[in-house]
Amino acid sequence: MFLKNTYNELLKIVYKPRSYIGIAGITIIIGIILFAMKMDGMFYISFITGQFEQSLTFEGHILNGNLIGFIVLQMLIIHVPLLIAFVTGDLISGESAMGTIRLLLTKPLSRNSILFSKFLASCIYTLIVVVWLAFLAVFLGRLLFGVGDLIVLKSDGLTILQQDDISWRFYCGLFMAFLSLVMVATLSITLSCFSDNSIGPIVSTMGIILVFTIIGTLDVPIFDSIRPFLFTTHMAAWRFFFDDPLEWEQIKQSIFILLAHIVFLLGLAMYKFNKKDILS
Amino acid sequence: MKEEINIVEVRNLVKYYDQFCALEDVSFDVYQGDIFGFLGPNGAGKSTTIRTILSLIKPTSGSIKLFGKDLNKHRNEILSKIGSIVEKPDFYKYLSAEKNLEIFARISGKDISKKRIHELIEFVGLKGREKDKFSGFSHGMKQRLGIAQTLMHDPELIILDEPTTGLDPQGIIDIRNLILQLKSEYNKTIILSSHILSEIELIANRMIIINKGKTIVQGNVSELLNSQELIVSFTVSDTANTKAIIQQSVYAASFLYEKETQIFLQITHPQIALINTLFCDAQISVYAIETKRKLEDYFLKLITA
Repeated sequence: MFLKNTYNELLKIVYKPRSYIGIAGITIIIGIILFAMKMDGMFYISFITGQFEQSLTFEGHILNGNLIGFIVLQMLIIHVPLLIAFVTGDLISGESAMGTIRLLLTKPLSRNSILFSKFLASCIYTLIVVVWLAFLAVFLGRLLFGVGDLIVLKSDGLTILQQDDISWRFYCGLFMAFLSLVMVATLSITLSCFSDNSIGPIVSTMGIILVFTIIGTLDVPIFDSIRPFLFTTHMAAWRFFFDDPLEWEQIKQSIFILLAHIVFLLGLAMYKFNKKDILS
Repeated sequence: MKEEINIVEVRNLVKYYDQFCALEDVSFDVYQGDIFGFLGPNGAGKSTTIRTILSLIKPTSGSIKLFGKDLNKHRNEILSKIGSIVEKPDFYKYLSAEKNLEIFARISGKDISKKRIHELIEFVGLKGREKDKFSGFSHGMKQRLGIAQTLMHDPELIILDEPTTGLDPQGIIDIRNLILQLKSEYNKTIILSSHILSEIELIANRMIIINKGKTIVQGNVSELLNSQELIVSFTVSDTANTKAIIQQSVYAASFLYEKETQIFLQITHPQIALINTLFCDAQISVYAIETKRKLEDYFLKLITA
C-alpha cells in the first residue's frame, strides 16, 4: 500500500503543471548561461585568469564543458532550492487547500505512511531535477565546449584538476547537492504540515534559507558557535569534492549535519501531521 | 425477533478545541441496514462527529467502535470498509474524473479493476465525461463523482455528510433514490447528515438530533414523529358545521383555526382516523387530509426548547 501511494504521489507530481516550472526554469537559466559562454566565454575566463597572469601562464582549452558545469552548479545552488520548495511545499498543505486531504486521510493508510510516501516522492522529484541539471550543465556543456582540465577559483588561490580526475568529482558533488536539496524538500514538507495553504510553506522555506544564509555569511563572532550547525552552511558542501586534496572530515561532517536535519524535520513533521485535526 | 448488528457504537464522545466544547457526551448506535439521519443546526457538531468517526479528528475523550472493533486499534481495517463524502467531494482539479478514481482506487485496500471504475462512472451518469478534468465539473457532477468514489470498493458503511448541498431539485431526487437503492438492493448501512429535514424524514429509518454538541433525541424516525402532535388540515364541504362538531366533541381543545374550506387541528397521529370517522358520521365530506411537515416542527420544537 505504501508503494502504491508513493506511485500516486509521483503521478500527482507528474500531472501537476507547477512541477514543470522548476524543470523549465533550470532549462532556461542553463540555456542562457551556455549561450552567454558560447558568445563571450573568453571574456569571463580572462577575468578569472587575469588575477594570476603576472605569476602564471595558462595554456590549453580552459573554457571547456567541465568549467561550464562547475559554473552552472555554483550559480544554480541559489535558485534550485526555490524550485524544489515550489513543488514539495505544496505536498501536504496543497491537499488541505484543495480539500482532498479529507478523502486521503479516510483511506486505509496510516498518516505516517502518507507522509513518507510524499517524502519519498519528493526525493524522487529532487533526483530528477538534479539529474536534469547534471545533464544540461555537464553533459551538454561538454558536448558544446569539449573537455579539458578544470580551473577552480577559490578565495585562497586556484586549484587545477586534471581532465581524467573530474567526472567522479561531479558525481559526488551532485550527490551532495541532491542531499542538500532533499534537506530543503524535507523542510518545506514539514512546514507544509503546519499550514493549510500552498504559498505559506514555500515562502517560509525560502525565508528560513535566506535568514540562515545571512547568519552564515555574517562575519560576527556571536554566530561562530551556531554557524557549523546551520544546514545552509553545508548546502555548498558539493564544492568540497573539487578540492585537492579532499577534506574528508568536512565532507563527512556536512553529510552528517544534513542527514541529522532531515531526520529531525521528518520527526517533527510526523508529530505534527499525526496530531493534526482535519478541519478544512 | 431479528437480532440487530451494531455497525457504529459511539460512546460519550467529547471534543474540545481549546476552551470551546464542540461535542459533549454524544452517544449513539447505528445498526446494519440502517439509514441513520444526522440532524442539527449549523455548528451543532454533526461534522465534528462524522470526522471523528472517520479519524479525521481526534476526540478529547470517549470511544468509537465500528464493526465491533475499536477505531484507534483497527483504524486501517475499519476504514477499508467505509465509503464517505465529508462536506463536499473534493478531488484533484488537474486530473480527469477517471484518473481521480484510479488514484483513490489504488489506496482503497481492495483490488479495483478499470472495468469496475467505468461501471461506476456509468452508474452515476458521468459516462462520456470521464476524461474531462475535475476543475471543469459542475457541482452536481462533482457530487456524482464523489458518490462513485464512495461506492468504488463496495463498502459496508457509507457516510454522506450533506450530500445534496448545492444540488438542483433533480440532483436531490437522484441522490435520494440512489441512497434508497443502496439500502434496498445492497443492504448498505448509511449515515446521512443533512440540513434538509424532509430528506431525513423521507429516507431515514433512525435518527439523532444534536445541538450545541449535545444529543437532543435519538431513535426510530416514525416512532419519534408519531409520538408528537401534528398540525393536520381537513378540507371539508362545510367548514362552519365542521367547526361546530369539533367544538362539541372531546377534540375542542385541538382546534386551531379555519381558512376557506380547511380546518386546522393539533392532534396526534392516531387521532386523524378517529376525527375522520367523526366527520363521516356527521355526513361531512372530507376531500383531503394533510399534515404539515412533521420533522420540521419537531426539529424546531426540540432545538428551541
